[in-house]
Amino acid sequence: MATREIISTGNELSAIAAVDAGCEFFGGYPLTPSSEVMHVISDLLPAAGGAAIQMEDEIAGICCVIGASMTGVRALTATSGPGVSLKAENLGLAQMAEVPLVLVNVMRGGPSTGLPTRVSQGDVLQAKNPSHGDYKSITLCAGTLAECYTEVVRAFNLADRFMQPVIVLTDETLGHMHGKAILPTLEEVKAGIKLRKQFDGAPEDYFPYECEPDQPAVLNSMFKGYRYHFTGLHHDKNGFPTEEINTCRKLIQRLEDKVELHRDELELNEEFMLDDLEENDVLIIAYGSVSLAVKEAIADLRKQGIKAGLFRPITLWPSPAERIKHFTDKIKNVLVVELNIKQYTAEVERVSSRLDLEGLYKVNGRPIAPHEIVAKVKEVF
Amino acid sequence: MAYNYDKYLRLEKMPTLWCWGCGDGVILKATIRAIEKMGWKQDDVCVISGIGCSGRFSSYVDFNTIHTTHGRTVAYATGVKLANPDKHVICVGGDGDALAIGGNHTIHACRRNIDINFIVINNFIYGLTNSQTSPTTPQGMWTVSQKAGNIDPTFDACELAIASGASFVGRETMLDPKKLERLLVKGFEHRGFSFFDVMSNCHINLGRKNKMVSAMDNLNWIDSITTPKSKYDKLSPEEQLNMFPTGVLKHDTEVREYCDMYQDIKDVHQGKRAKITQDDFEKKI
Repeated sequence: MATREIISTGNELSAIAAVDAGCEFFGGYPLTPSSEVMHVISDLLPAAGGAAIQMEDEIAGICCVIGASMTGVRALTATSGPGVSLKAENLGLAQMAEVPLVLVNVMRGGPSTGLPTRVSQGDVLQAKNPSHGDYKSITLCAGTLAECYTEVVRAFNLADRFMQPVIVLTDETLGHMHGKAILPTLEEVKAGIKLRKQFDGAPEDYFPYECEPDQPAVLNSMFKGYRYHFTGLHHDKNGFPTEEINTCRKLIQRLEDKVELHRDELELNEEFMLDDLEENDVLIIAYGSVSLAVKEAIADLRKQGIKAGLFRPITLWPSPAERIKHFTDKIKNVLVVELNIKQYTAEVERVSSRLDLEGLYKVNGRPIAPHEIVAKVKEVF
Repeated sequence: MAYNYDKYLRLEKMPTLWCWGCGDGVILKATIRAIEKMGWKQDDVCVISGIGCSGRFSSYVDFNTIHTTHGRTVAYATGVKLANPDKHVICVGGDGDALAIGGNHTIHACRRNIDINFIVINNFIYGLTNSQTSPTTPQGMWTVSQKAGNIDPTFDACELAIASGASFVGRETMLDPKKLERLLVKGFEHRGFSFFDVMSNCHINLGRKNKMVSAMDNLNWIDSITTPKSKYDKLSPEEQLNMFPTGVLKHDTEVREYCDMYQDIKDVHQGKRAKITQDDFEKKI
């Protein structure tokens, strides 16, 4: 398979990926350590005929992105944890009205202003439920420079498939890391673009929110002769507000089921040196930039005669429950490594029904080094 | 013959949920007439509303319509317009929407001078949610959140829009729908941000609790606090203090519209023109 090499940073790659994936609109607000995404795309989009705008605040940043997407164009916003907190209400509207968009969250230390220039994975649970109410988030997590590109491309296609926001988590380490990324060719990316479905019948036969109980709304591009209504209220098949009992119940159940019943289309994991693991070996579960350190640690451990492997979810939400259970059933010694306190460990505990997991958690804004992981494995197993 | 609004209404949504005697319907009808006067096709118009009684405006009219979160109307509209500069965007908000929770967006949309038409239905109160103080509630009036009397100083919506850089600013009341329609047409024709402060009644949740029991009492009060700009300008400062001028308060056709300016950015990046510098602008600071 043909590939291309780009030497760049994670943030720049995320911006390039968006434009390659057909993004035509960006709205955002400066927020360390994500700002370079805006800096880069502010040059790329107007050159490609699109538009990028720095809005007056984080809220306006996502609102204009939703507005643009409602008219039918692919749209991106980028921010970090504090920005996601501010965008949360309108992420909820995009879930409710089924408006696709991609949000890149370059994670930094929290809570609150936290550690603006330091790495963290503290937004994993925020990404699962940023807004109030019931809906099913889709969250992807880049673990390499190349994935800062490929996961943004995948996010755009999933957003249009499932008609909802898709969050791509990267972090300060990846965002500012400068190095070589081996990427799919532009032709391959373009060939893989799957835009949102459009209804092409008569306008009087068009009901945007009338769909199968496990499928997303079919929202035609605006200004094309199919006039309908977007709202954050419970709505009927035309998008108009309603409080009718069965319509309300079916709508919220469908928001859940359109994702839950199609997890197979979302799941993506890396299984690194797991094939030869036996019951008494060591399974490490990690995601994002942490997995780079884990891989080095595994090489070191194996040199020392300790067989270890990595399971890395790339789609964090919905979680790869069956695959995690498969490995945690088989392997006794499980270590979860995260730059937060047990945020994904709780999910691993839930899906594995095991409460004896070991964890290595770091919340001081510094990345985890391979030797810390090696030491932890030797200490606990 | 009476004007027939059917073509522009979602008739299956009638009757509206607005109270009897509410001004929102009058403003909706004036807006429809102004759109028709403009000759805009329904498919080319996007109507965006926020939260509150005025938030329901968008669901009643047969255009491309968006009912946003509270206060974010013009932020959504900015995305719609910038991605589709040749389409027509009309925002409808209340005084709470535009001046309280969405105040920041109002300021900056005015400043950018993006070609959005923002109709603020100003009824001086949070009507839908039962009489809480709004940024335009006069001091001393009773509200449910300030039962001892409102002490919060009030906003003049048009002064805010003018100071923020909107290039078209006007005020009318729902008492004179013809005048309102003419003002809307002027603003719709204007390329740039058009801000309309449209004063309306809420006799149910402002009037009844402030000695204006009927819609007419409430409207008479609005009539008593408004006067055409030509007359307003002749009043003494003391008289102006308790009066709002109506009509076109600002109409600047010189200042460039945001989407037009953004085309310059596209041209720079597409190698069609030199980089934008301070020399391109008359105002340097």
